[in-house]
Amino acid sequence: MTGTTPILSVRDLQVNFSGRYGELTALDHVSLDIGEGEILGVVGESGAGKSLTGTAVIGLLEAPGHIVGGSILLDGSRIDTLPHHEMGKIRGRKIGAIFQDPLTSLHPLLTVGQQLIETIQTHLPLGRADAVARAIALLADVGIPSPETRINQHPHQFSGGMRQRVVIALALAAQPRLIIADEPTTALDVSIQAQITTLLKRLCREHGTAIMLVTHDMGVIAETADRVAVMYAGRIVEIGPVEEVTRRPRHPYTAGLMASIPSMRARDTTLRQIDGAMPRLNAIPAGCAFNPRCERADDRCKREKPVLAARSHAAACWHPLSGDQS
Amino acid sequence: MIGTNIALTVAKATCHFDVSAPWLTRFLKREPRRILKAVQDVSFTVRRGSTFSIVGESGCGKSTLARMIVKLQSPTGGRLDFTPLEQADGTRVPPRVQMIFQDPYASLNPRWHVGEIIAEPIRELKLIDNEAAIQARVDELLTTVGLSPTDASRYPHAFSGGQRQRISIARALATQADILVCDEPTSALDVSVQAQILNLMRRLQQQFGLTYIFISHNLSVVRHMSDDIAIMYLGRIVETGPADLIFSDPRHPYTRLLLDTIPDVENPNRSRQPMSGEVPSPITPPSGCAFHPRCKAAIAACRSQQPQLEGEVHQTACHVVCAD
Ligand SMILES: Nc1ncnc2c1ncn2[C@@H]1O[C@H](COP(=O)(O)OP(=O)(O)OP(=O)(O)O)[C@@H](O)[C@H]1O
Ligand SMILES: Nc1ncnc2c1ncn2[C@@H]1O[C@H](COP(=O)(O)OP(=O)(O)OP(=O)(O)O)[C@@H](O)[C@H]1O
Ligand code: SF4
Ligand code: SF4
Ligand SMILES: [Mg+2]
Ligand SMILES: [Mg+2]
Repeated sequence: MTGTTPILSVRDLQVNFSGRYGELTALDHVSLDIGEGEILGVVGESGAGKSLTGTAVIGLLEAPGHIVGGSILLDGSRIDTLPHHEMGKIRGRKIGAIFQDPLTSLHPLLTVGQQLIETIQTHLPLGRADAVARAIALLADVGIPSPETRINQHPHQFSGGMRQRVVIALALAAQPRLIIADEPTTALDVSIQAQITTLLKRLCREHGTAIMLVTHDMGVIAETADRVAVMYAGRIVEIGPVEEVTRRPRHPYTAGLMASIPSMRARDTTLRQIDGAMPRLNAIPAGCAFNPRCERADDRCKREKPVLAARSHAAACWHPLSGDQS
Repeated sequence: MIGTNIALTVAKATCHFDVSAPWLTRFLKREPRRILKAVQDVSFTVRRGSTFSIVGESGCGKSTLARMIVKLQSPTGGRLDFTPLEQADGTRVPPRVQMIFQDPYASLNPRWHVGEIIAEPIRELKLIDNEAAIQARVDELLTTVGLSPTDASRYPHAFSGGQRQRISIARALATQADILVCDEPTSALDVSVQAQILNLMRRLQQQFGLTYIFISHNLSVVRHMSDDIAIMYLGRIVETGPADLIFSDPRHPYTRLLLDTIPDVENPNRSRQPMSGEVPSPITPPSGCAFHPRCKAAIAACRSQQPQLEGEVHQTACHVVCAD
């Protein structure tokens, strides 16, 4: 990375849930930077803490979840310590969020147009007519046909993928500095997906927007992200330039992930899978959290927690792969 | 194919939604009624014990079709019929049909803990009558989908998106359905959990002869799972046939475009351009072949005439392809 201040900088973030079983650590020393005009892909096991990282950055962590350590900086200033109403102003204006779950981010009783226009007018000094025009243009941008008619409809009249596109339009409404996109294209077919990822890339290029892109689709990561972070059980286990991580994974979990992708070239009878499941937060094993599922695990892995070095391509592993498989 | 071999017959299924403005507005602005044709004249059969996949662009009518299949939405035309199952004593019963929804958030009751959610269909359908055995079954199902029995006492909000999707899969498996309609069952899952679930689904199919109707936009998943495929565009089937044929010899221009657009890890194309042309609206669909405004192969007839599905096993609805 260059010497300039990254737009987003997360340092040693730790998030706990307090509950019946005491304090559970859901994010453990998560550190990442996203520079101007950069797309950081975030992948990893379901439940690893990808959405939680995004939620903490936009300041919407809900009890019993709370930040217990580390810092979050936007354009060099701390935002994790801001009072609630200050953070509310930043959200929407400087940070746009696309949540994994499109229905809960849309109000069921308001039309799509009402929601867009309200968001636009909250953040930008536009009159009613201009706001309406911008709303229609945004819907067209995300590929909604007949936006003039659609703007008067309610969310339940849209298909799953269209609702997701409305949420994307809402997040883009104020041209934020940083976009947290949590599985923005999961509900979308390949052609709309290509349209959305092209739109995200255009925002990066033309406005220098920084994007954190959470997705399970390695193809989307390979074609969209500049760098990628792989998460497992609340930690980043590997981070680096997208080509290196996808082609030469160093962490055994990343390698397993890459091998599980169904191939387009042949119909295999059984897919390669990583046996076992990610540990629950209350049962994270000592040492490396991946050790019960890892073929390379030895005694050291069961005792000592591997840390992520501050290198451009780093893996938190005692016995990393040499990096030329796959 | 003989009758009993068929699990589901869909004949000219159609679903229109009235999306007109309120009548007063319409009257004042002299607007006509607006009808959205979500699904139009869709016909296909699904063989028992096979996987039939429905693929197509967002908004093309896949979920509406699935909802009609499981009777959550009544068709405005056509029929969707399950073949009854013949029991040992000769009586015929309708097959048990269960749906896995696209949106796992909306389909789990937030006030029930996970154990209750999964046990409910077992009690409702009286599949097991002793309470201890029900609990054992719930634990087993949780383990099957890669969760842990201790998760039974937690509420849906304490789970991540993919974990919730696995809860709804466990609940669907609990019903011991004969036919599962799966609307994007794995799109919220990471590839390693996805591989576990897909392998599990294949195993259950081989063991119990389950029939799957599978909706996904992930073409590599579809390729892996399907025996037969239907490609939909704007409410209609434009190409259908055995999965192997469709992937090795795609004929419809839209199918070809779809296959070319798949993001590929092994060979990423970072300057990929999205499909050109405006996405058409099901409220005002283009005349003739609905794909013509985006089709490079279009000829004059495409603008005026609706192409019909033609062919034996591998069917295509396209003036140009069918003329060859
Ligand atoms: N209210 C809560 N109480 C306890 N644990 C919680 C709560 N909310 C989330 N968690 C836990 O936090 C962890 C991280 O969840 P998160 O939603 O960030 O996962 P994710 O990586 O986004 O997964 P997915 O890919 O499935 O969306 C999960 O293990 C989840 O069980
Ligand atoms: N209740 C409704 N009222 C009006 N229009 C509806 C309703 N339900 C669906 N539609 C419309 O029907 C069309 C098909 O929707 P459907 O949900 O079947 O799409 P889909 O193929 O499942 O798309 P996706 O991949 O985005 O989930 C869309 O244009 C949608 O807006
Ligand atoms: S540290 Fe050990 S257990 Fe963990 S991934 Fe590396 S080799 Fe496997
Ligand atoms: S019928 Fe014409 S417009 Fe439609 S897909 Fe075929 S060639 Fe293209
Ligand atoms: Mg998530
Ligand atoms: Mg759908």
